[in-house]
Amino acid sequence: MNDSSAPKDVLDRSKPPRSRLARSLDSDIAASFLRSRVVVAAGIAAALMVLAAFGAPLLAPSNPYDLNSVNLLDANTPPVWHKDGDRRFLLGSDNQGRDILSTMLYGTRSSILIGLLAVAFALTLGVSLGLIAGYVGGRVDSVIMRVADVQLTFPAILTALLVDGVASVMFKNQSGGTTKFWILVFSIGLSYWVQYARTVRGVTLVERNKEYVQAARLIGMNQFSIMFRHVLPNVLSPVLVIATINLALAIITEATLSFLGVGLPPTTPSLGTMIGTGNEFLLSGDYWMVLFPGLTLAILVLSVNLLGDWLRDALNPKLR
Amino acid sequence: MLAFAIRRLIEAAFVMLTVALLSFVLFRFVGDPINQIVSQDASLEERIRLREDLGLNDPIPVQFGRFVWKAMNLDFGVSYQVKQPVITILMDRFPATLELAFAAALFAIAIGIPMGVYTGIHRHSMLSKWFLSISLIGISLPTFLIGILLIYVFAVKLGWLPSYGRGETVKIGFWKTGLLTWSGLKALILPAITLGLFQMTLITRLVRSEMLEVLRTDYIKFARARGLSNRAVYFGHALKNTLVPVVTIIGLQVGAIIAFAIITETVFQWPGMGLLFIKSVQTADIPVMSAYLLLVAFMFVVINFIVDLLYVAIDPRIRLAGSGAGH
Amino acid sequence: MTGPVLSVRNLRVEFPTRHGTLRAVDDISFDIAAGEVLGVVGESGAGKSMTGTAVIGLLEPPGRIAGGEVRLKGQRIDNLAGEALRRIRGRRIGMVFQDPLTSLNPLYRVGEQIIETMRTHLPMSEAQARRRAIELLSEVGIQGASDRLDSYPHQFSGGMRQRVVLALALCAEPELIVADEPTTALDVSIQAQIIQLIKRLCRERGTAVMLITHDMGVIAETADRVAVMYAGRIAEIGQVADVVQRPSHPYTKGLMGSIPTLEGSETRLVQIPGSMPRLTAIPQGCAFNPRCPQAFARCFLEQPAAVFVGRSEVACWLASATPVQGTP
Repeated sequence: MNDSSAPKDVLDRSKPPRSRLARSLDSDIAASFLRSRVVVAAGIAAALMVLAAFGAPLLAPSNPYDLNSVNLLDANTPPVWHKDGDRRFLLGSDNQGRDILSTMLYGTRSSILIGLLAVAFALTLGVSLGLIAGYVGGRVDSVIMRVADVQLTFPAILTALLVDGVASVMFKNQSGGTTKFWILVFSIGLSYWVQYARTVRGVTLVERNKEYVQAARLIGMNQFSIMFRHVLPNVLSPVLVIATINLALAIITEATLSFLGVGLPPTTPSLGTMIGTGNEFLLSGDYWMVLFPGLTLAILVLSVNLLGDWLRDALNPKLR
Repeated sequence: MLAFAIRRLIEAAFVMLTVALLSFVLFRFVGDPINQIVSQDASLEERIRLREDLGLNDPIPVQFGRFVWKAMNLDFGVSYQVKQPVITILMDRFPATLELAFAAALFAIAIGIPMGVYTGIHRHSMLSKWFLSISLIGISLPTFLIGILLIYVFAVKLGWLPSYGRGETVKIGFWKTGLLTWSGLKALILPAITLGLFQMTLITRLVRSEMLEVLRTDYIKFARARGLSNRAVYFGHALKNTLVPVVTIIGLQVGAIIAFAIITETVFQWPGMGLLFIKSVQTADIPVMSAYLLLVAFMFVVINFIVDLLYVAIDPRIRLAGSGAGH
Repeated sequence: MTGPVLSVRNLRVEFPTRHGTLRAVDDISFDIAAGEVLGVVGESGAGKSMTGTAVIGLLEPPGRIAGGEVRLKGQRIDNLAGEALRRIRGRRIGMVFQDPLTSLNPLYRVGEQIIETMRTHLPMSEAQARRRAIELLSEVGIQGASDRLDSYPHQFSGGMRQRVVLALALCAEPELIVADEPTTALDVSIQAQIIQLIKRLCRERGTAVMLITHDMGVIAETADRVAVMYAGRIAEIGQVADVVQRPSHPYTKGLMGSIPTLEGSETRLVQIPGSMPRLTAIPQGCAFNPRCPQAFARCFLEQPAAVFVGRSEVACWLASATPVQGTP
């Protein structure tokens, strides 16, 4: 791809400045996507992983949820290219005799699902609180922003650990995979809402003082819905960028919690749990139990991060 | 200056109080203290008497006041699991975490700042591009994976360094240090790198972008026009001006280092507070959880205060703005 | 009389870009004698700052000197690099930038910055440099210099900071000062003081000054000679009195027409129509031709070379057409 568009803009200052939204919807985005081979590769990798993960029930050689198909005698089988490999276990098996490849596919699905839901939760919470803080102002605003400040003092992983710990104690009686799944979504989402709130609050504060809001009040229209409609386009691109970068963080957080043994239970496939289990067998040389899930996780997070980086630059050239 | 310090102290007190409230709610309502203390078959009278003894029937604000008072006297109750005073267990493990965090921060700063300066000055060199690509991978790899990778290479395959534990420790007063023995130092290397790597890449990127910013300023151009040597321009004038944001981030990252120590300590079975905390989460050991929370919050607040004082030391504009001097 | 302090011959500065090479400074020549103030005037983008930057060797890559030579007291300096060039900057050529608010490092005391510069170039002890710095600060008109030495830049007003910058430029006793818009960022009331200060200090020391400005008024007040730049070239260069009172180049005439005079003989100010072309779109022939009220066919075809008109040198076909007085 030819990338002559950027420098031309630098030299030619006669063009009127365009709004951020107009700029972001410009076809430049498509061009800048194709420009970088790394970003294209990241996009393809991410797309493939999402497809594979959600096609897990169709693609996976076996179902790791189905305890009947699992045989402890198959435990710690090396990958198929080793001397004592087994055709049924392409990438080997874990200490329970589950197929690594199948567990990985299902595990990736959990990772992506929890990541997406947690981000959606954080986004909804953050955008709403930011909007309320900016719109209502006064004491409500200062309470919300103080809480945000205090939370920002603590690293997200610590918040997630704490919320997860507390929620797990409260729901001690329902220790099934589904409960833990939602606890994870909740605790990770609760750890990442601050950035959205701050961004949206800033934009809302600016919009609140604009004439159309005052005018809407004069003619007795619902200011809040008007503002919502006007604030939203303005925060769309920053929120999108934060969400993409948060997705990578959320996936890492889920994997970390599961690795630490406080995330998904061992019976539910998860990349973090697999790596945690495999870690115990690393010293005996059973590398495949860590290597493949670890590689999957790393590639997943790296591609999402690359996409996020690119998106940030594409939507906001001023940042660079 | 004094007003500045006082304002900061009030803010710190606010944060501590919020965390104390959280911690109290956790302690008082999430885990029922009675159930954890008495045996399953204790009679109802026994329970009621204990309730009264523990003051659980007092008004909530009174209970909170007592909680804060006790916490200030380092009384965090007794661990459900180990049946020992929480403060004893925590203090036993505190040095391990602090030494690890300190080594990690040292590694991150000692490597991150020079790398950031280099990539900022030689923006287009091949080496800079390599550094930056590696740093992106460093940011994308979860801490526990980095730890496992390092263990596999340096402990399992090469056998150079131990894969877990703290090695031999020496006791100085209550402080058990691993810094004075050869095996303790060797055991520190891998965990410190694991913990510091993310912060290192962060510092590299930050210093780089700040350097790029500062090198464009007029006073750098003027410093060159005055014929100062490259060394004086880069390290005397440019680097010092990047330090305010860098110190901010490092201050914030010390918090992150303590939080991520939980993960590193788990991977390396490092006997610190993080490992204790994760076990307390797994076993719902509420007193340990709430004490850890308070202790960590206290450390954050202290560090933030030190960072604020550091700004003042670096930037005269902040120093003098506070005392109302200037023209 | 000895030779000039600074001698620039056929200097060309170019910026290679993706869209071809931009010529920011095109074939300019001038001299500055000891104690003389040469004003360089022109609109922004005319290449005057670029010329100053090229003289002191601080062009930002990819910008580079593509031709010509720069001599300082007869020694060629345009081909020097690295260490040799650094030893000249600050030592033999001092520089004053436009904005005194941003020229000084905010994190160091002004004394530290002066002493640092002196000790970089001169064999002085810390104590000697400190004494000298105090003298210098008093000389540039800062009261209570021995106390102010330990102040930070933000504790000075804009005008005072520019005095500090001037002290910094002069501290190693350079032979030439390049002052790039030294008063533009200052209050009008302070501008005159700073200009007088520069003039006085340089006259006393016999320092040559290259005074870059877009303000014809400053030139008229301060400079001995003036070079008028347009689109990277010198349109007219000569004694200030000649250029101001009897401008020959149509562009200079336009510039003079845009200065309000106290006599008020003229009822309205003359404006030059249009604006200077961008470097990417310099017209063929004389660069001024799209705006020139007197342009004729030749102006659109060939670039005019400089010829003498009286004591001034003028690059204009009109001047070439008039009888040549004096010989090059």
